[in-house]
Amino acid sequence: MIELGFFVVFLACGFIFGQRAEKRHFKSIVKRESQSLSLPVVASKYPPDDQPYKQILVSGNVVVASDYFKSFTAGLINIFGGRVTPFESLLDRGRREAILRMKSAAQSHDASYVFNVKLETSRIVTGRAGAIEVLAYGTALVSTEPLTSNRTISSSATSPSAT
Amino acid sequence: MLISNLEILPNSRIVRHIGLVQGSSVRSKHVGRDIMASFKNIFGGELQGYTELLHESREEATERLIEQAKSVGANAVINVRYSTSSIAAGAAEIFVYGTAVELEPA
Repeated sequence: MIELGFFVVFLACGFIFGQRAEKRHFKSIVKRESQSLSLPVVASKYPPDDQPYKQILVSGNVVVASDYFKSFTAGLINIFGGRVTPFESLLDRGRREAILRMKSAAQSHDASYVFNVKLETSRIVTGRAGAIEVLAYGTALVSTEPLTSNRTISSSATSPSAT
Repeated sequence: MLISNLEILPNSRIVRHIGLVQGSSVRSKHVGRDIMASFKNIFGGELQGYTELLHESREEATERLIEQAKSVGANAVINVRYSTSSIAAGAAEIFVYGTAVELEPA
């Protein structure tokens, strides 16, 4: 009886807090994704050779845990088979977050591109429940011939001479 | 030391291929963290302790890769890959490997 009580409480907690956390997370992901659109993330292996670039390895990682409700519904779906949507959204969150963190690491180096992006997912075992780790890494290409970053400086340098 | 996961360096020439270099690190969190994590598993969300742990672990593995590359006389490691595997409950191995090369001095 007590066990059943715990189960119901956990399930309710998982449903309420888990859903709320997921909604908030997706909101922040969408917001940050639109802010970092200026930095292209490419899966290509071949870097552009239009100008010299410095290469820096950048990465971003995140560990997201499933909640009690997700684990339970996933268990139910497992009986009948089919799409396990609770985990699909969890993995989607993890991947997008990892890419965003990689992008912000690249932006801190003033990179113009991130090339050869690789994504890696692994299951983290913590007791009996599940969490996933997503790693995104790639090579940030930082222009050594500052074009975009110097444009603002040169324009401010030329404007006093023009006046 | 240049670390990259590309194979092509458009503006420098590779003088010598040295071979595979690697670095690894196995870490785990103390039990308190694991208990906190199992609480988080009810509510869901990010496990920041583990995110940091794996990040630090990856940095250490990369540090070891660089050390090994230096010891064989390389000045760059290209085509770097990461790999993760969970060894036991609460412990994970981070492995990083790449090709050590010597670049023509600029």
